[in-house]
Amino acid sequence: MTTTSTLTTVLDPTGELRPETRERVARPESLNGLTVGLLDISKPRGNVFLDRVEEKLTDLGAQVKRFSKPTFTKPAPIDLRHEIATSCDAVIEALAD
Amino acid sequence: MPLPEGLVAVVKRDCPTCALVAPVLKDLAARASLTVITQDDPDFPVDADWVVHDHDLGFSWHNDIETVPTLVRVINGAVSEHVVGWSRDQWESFTGIDGLGADLPDWRPGCGSLSVDPTRTDELSVRFSGSTLTSRRIEIAALEDDWEAMHDRGWSDGLPVVPPTEARVLRMLEGTDRAPGELVVVVPPDLVECTVEKVAVNAVMAGCKPEYMPVILAALEAACTDEFNMHGLLATTMPVGPILIINGPICEEIGMNSGLNLLGQGNRANSTIGRAMQLVIRNVGGGKPGGVDRGTQGSPAKIGLCFAEDEGGSPWESFAESRGFAAGTNTVTLFPGEGPRLLFDQKSRSPESLTKHFAEMLVTNASPRMVMQFETVIVMSPEHMNRYRDAGWDRARFIAELESHLLLDGADIVAGAHGIEEGMPAFVADMQLPKFPPGGIHVVHGGSNAGLFSAAISGWVTGDMGSVTVTKEIVR
Repeated sequence: MTTTSTLTTVLDPTGELRPETRERVARPESLNGLTVGLLDISKPRGNVFLDRVEEKLTDLGAQVKRFSKPTFTKPAPIDLRHEIATSCDAVIEALAD
Repeated sequence: MPLPEGLVAVVKRDCPTCALVAPVLKDLAARASLTVITQDDPDFPVDADWVVHDHDLGFSWHNDIETVPTLVRVINGAVSEHVVGWSRDQWESFTGIDGLGADLPDWRPGCGSLSVDPTRTDELSVRFSGSTLTSRRIEIAALEDDWEAMHDRGWSDGLPVVPPTEARVLRMLEGTDRAPGELVVVVPPDLVECTVEKVAVNAVMAGCKPEYMPVILAALEAACTDEFNMHGLLATTMPVGPILIINGPICEEIGMNSGLNLLGQGNRANSTIGRAMQLVIRNVGGGKPGGVDRGTQGSPAKIGLCFAEDEGGSPWESFAESRGFAAGTNTVTLFPGEGPRLLFDQKSRSPESLTKHFAEMLVTNASPRMVMQFETVIVMSPEHMNRYRDAGWDRARFIAELESHLLLDGADIVAGAHGIEEGMPAFVADMQLPKFPPGGIHVVHGGSNAGLFSAAISGWVTGDMGSVTVTKEIVR
């Protein structure tokens, strides 16, 4: 096929996703009394970083719940995501190496 | 066009045999209520109400007319039987009428139907089958260059892609019996449902032929499993991609290369099948470098490394058989791996020497200090394989001997040993550790019969934490 003055019609090779726009949850004024989830993706030494973050959050009056992915190479399982979403007010996901 | 009932002849004026039988057509119209469907001249053989013009070739297309003249019988709206070309005996027996074309020769072959004319089939395919395709149509403006427009839309891996027009996609779909709308896999990382049609679109872009489709579909089915973990393979900073190894008679049927330069360029099937799969992951799944793909340096193997095993030239059972498939089964194996590297040995004349040397070289898989986490594929060349053929070693013996030379002293590979900070944890210092996990050495035979060089493809993290090698049968 050559490029001529006629239109070429091609088929879209993509998944044709149409992303939805969602409102963000309002930023809390304070963490005092809120539950903050800390998700360790299971990279080495992620716990060292998260231990320190937990200390800081506890000092601010937050309750901390710890979670971890079975492996850093796969997305978090849906049950884990559901548990975090339903039991925490905020979440921090931590990468480390 | 509704089908006329009874006897129907499909003809075109531009066919000497049709012109020859024109008197017979008139005769049958008078004696047997024949309807003539003419493909070119609307008044051939005469201007009459029993002559119908197949102006869009729809009748011929939908009824698979390949030759003119073709005589068919339509019963309850469906073609029940047919005769092609001119043969007095056949036409008389088909119509039950004697004395047809007494002045004509007994037999003449027909001509090609316009509906199978190669210059028209693309257009007809789009006209009559295009509606089965549901992908969004994108018009590339007259002043845009097609090739540039596709790059600009982010659909390419950096190499040129073939514009996926409806005609090309329909042709590609002829390579599989599966319906265009059938769901094949859910493609990571965006977890998008992917149909046979979307695979065909990307296969066109990659430069594939229709007969590659079953291999691409099976490869995607292997890639998009939880075990293979394509998401992780994209997301890792390591330089790894899905490596495709094809086994079975299909390799020869579709012209794959298992010989000279099998891991390199120059063979269309080898070069485009893996690329098509990677384009699906890029375009449908959204897996792009800089997005979820975080390869620190990447690898040329990520473009789509794909090769076939030379089964006929190997003294061993095929790689697919070693993975539990029956001989003669067409399979695709996906291995999460780096680009191939050289296994050099030009002097070993005994299997013992060659095996020990392979072991020395394989210790460096990933790092000499990393054990049991990464597998390997050895692509064994015919000349190296001859050492084992001559000595009567089978695959199991080779792997057992190789493993016996790949037990490493923990003291040498713990972090800090010999002044190197990288390494295994201190608790392994008193152990001997196997370099590879059980079943972690795969051997595939291939290459030209000149050259004492083999190749090794290092794997990514194996097991539940990373990726497990997956083999799928190719179903046509």
